Amino acid sequence: MAGSGAIQMRDSDEVVLRVESLVMEFPAGRNQVVHAVSDVSFDVCRGETLGIVGESGCGKSTTARALVQLPRPTSGTVTLDPGTDGQVELTGIEGEALRSVRPRVQMIFQDPISSLNPRRRVRDIIGEGLTIWQDQHPDVDVDARVDEVLRAVGLDPVVAASRRPHEFSGGQCQRISIARALAIDPEILICDEPVSALDVSVQAQVLNILEEMKERFGLTLVFISHDLSVVRNVSDRVVVMYLGKVCEIGNSDSLFSEPAHPYTRVLLASAPEPSTVVDASEAAIGDEVPSPINPPSGCRFRTRCPRVTELCASAEPVMREMGPDHFVACHFPGPA
Amino acid sequence: MATPLLSVTDLQVGFATERGLLRAVDGVSFDLAEGQTLGIVGESGSGKSVTAKTLMNLLPSYARVEGSVMFDGRDVRAMAAERERHFWGVEMTMVFQDPMTSLNPVKKVGEQIAESLRVHLKRSRREARDDAGDLLQQVGIPESKKRLTQYPHELSGGLRQRVVIAMALACSPRLLIADEPTTALDVTVQKHILDLLDELREERGMAMILITHDLGVVKGRADQIMVMYAGRTMEQADTATLFSEMRHPYTEALLETIPRVDMASHSRLVPIPGSPPDAVDLGQGCPFAERCRYCSASCLIDQPSLEQHRQGHACACHAPVGTDAGAAAHAANHETGVTPAGLDMGTFATAVGEKT
Repeated sequence: MAGSGAIQMRDSDEVVLRVESLVMEFPAGRNQVVHAVSDVSFDVCRGETLGIVGESGCGKSTTARALVQLPRPTSGTVTLDPGTDGQVELTGIEGEALRSVRPRVQMIFQDPISSLNPRRRVRDIIGEGLTIWQDQHPDVDVDARVDEVLRAVGLDPVVAASRRPHEFSGGQCQRISIARALAIDPEILICDEPVSALDVSVQAQVLNILEEMKERFGLTLVFISHDLSVVRNVSDRVVVMYLGKVCEIGNSDSLFSEPAHPYTRVLLASAPEPSTVVDASEAAIGDEVPSPINPPSGCRFRTRCPRVTELCASAEPVMREMGPDHFVACHFPGPA
Repeated sequence: MATPLLSVTDLQVGFATERGLLRAVDGVSFDLAEGQTLGIVGESGSGKSVTAKTLMNLLPSYARVEGSVMFDGRDVRAMAAERERHFWGVEMTMVFQDPMTSLNPVKKVGEQIAESLRVHLKRSRREARDDAGDLLQQVGIPESKKRLTQYPHELSGGLRQRVVIAMALACSPRLLIADEPTTALDVTVQKHILDLLDELREERGMAMILITHDLGVVKGRADQIMVMYAGRTMEQADTATLFSEMRHPYTEALLETIPRVDMASHSRLVPIPGSPPDAVDLGQGCPFAERCRYCSASCLIDQPSLEQHRQGHACACHAPVGTDAGAAAHAANHETGVTPAGLDMGTFATAVGEKT
């Protein structure tokens, strides 16, 4: 956008999560504002994996946290089950009402070690959500459920449940985080860079577990990563973000085979083993991302874009359709 | 090959722990010629960073080091740190993974670069400052004059890593060791930093050791690659040979585990089952046997030695990939369904390109 617009939104009964015009701003002192996320809209269908990809500071984690209202977005709406009787607008509720919806959307974080309390045993870490959940589901057997999810992520409950996080490796801690998120039977799992802190061999294990869990528990995933190849591997649909805006959104096959936004092409050309659909020379852009306090006018990518013209500075590109389920916000999209 | 710039022979590094001796590096040898790049690849705990720290004399005093390290005919291990302080940081320098922790947060960038120029090369304050500005320009930092007076926290991750590289280059080293220089950075920045290191190496004819856990990073950049596992060298070859005729099952497994942008969505990755072995208690056999699909009975009792099967390509394996022995071992394991180490072959079978 990068640009605005909502043409990429789908009108389907299968949509379980709809994010509309999400804006996230933080005060930066001296009357300045950090525009972390500016007018981002997307939706996620049931059983789908939506990948969000972009560089550090593009607002992908902020978007993820806004989905679970941590903290609440500055403006915009996040709706669960839009268009159905059970429609819940997370941005419009608070207190007990919000708390009762929280089990449906769970999150796992980047650093598996700091997201687990080092002083508690694995059984208590995973069971905590369940003991609270029990108020509404009195027939749930906490211990049995903890054993079940631990087994599901490939850990032996007899050995693992009574240990503390420091006795596990990073990959195992990430499995425990996944087990904790799954314990209360969520519908949507938000994964914020779940494999960035892991070794390549362990990364593959965790990605495979996420795929298995998705199938077994019927999950919908929102998967955030800066690594295109990882996003490519897990996602059905991909959102490319830059400086708080959406650049390109589409199903992952057409987005990766026919990347239309210059920024997506830069990302593909920069991968350690670059994609064959782009030319290696397309990676040549400046490496300084402008400040989100004072983002560029028009298209926010224009300061680094190889295709920049005067139009890009004056007018913000609007989302346009490139093909079936493939949208891009650029004045000059398409192959180089 | 002429006399190599750096020659490491049978390097052993151990740390005494309560449970016994931890063998962090066990019999590593390599030669590096001037102007060449060596890539060291392996998982966490494979001993790649300890190897680098040994070269840089950065190990704690209780580390037990054996073997020889020769740099341009000089015995590096015999140099006393105090007397030879114009060696480390001048002729041999290092760039670390996290640029924030390798910079001093309360000193201006320019002062930090100038410091080594003043200490090692005895430059005056003004000369050092001018040189620091030139260095920043060489590593591609825009508005280098202005950056000199900034503090590390005012710079982005990519710029910080460039500053660290400028510091490492200040005294025109002959060998630069880069330990996971881009792991903490974004892909777009990663490419720029790796390209920059490559350009500088070529320009200055210096040698480089590039340490990474990602085979993709060294693929197009290193002249030679050494794959390490549990402190040992598993495979060593020039880069083209390694990728075209890889022999060690661990190298193969490392490559299969990496997702690539050209793969279809939901391709099943082939993870390396299990976890790296305990470096205190390695047992007798091959350290990778427990996780290897080519494992045979002899792998459990007999540690394979690193053998050159032809000039410039060495591998430590009883049943290398692409040989009759390897094919036979794999077929036998496939037949029985478990490897002699007790690993279910099913973990690999389900993992081949299957859509969930």
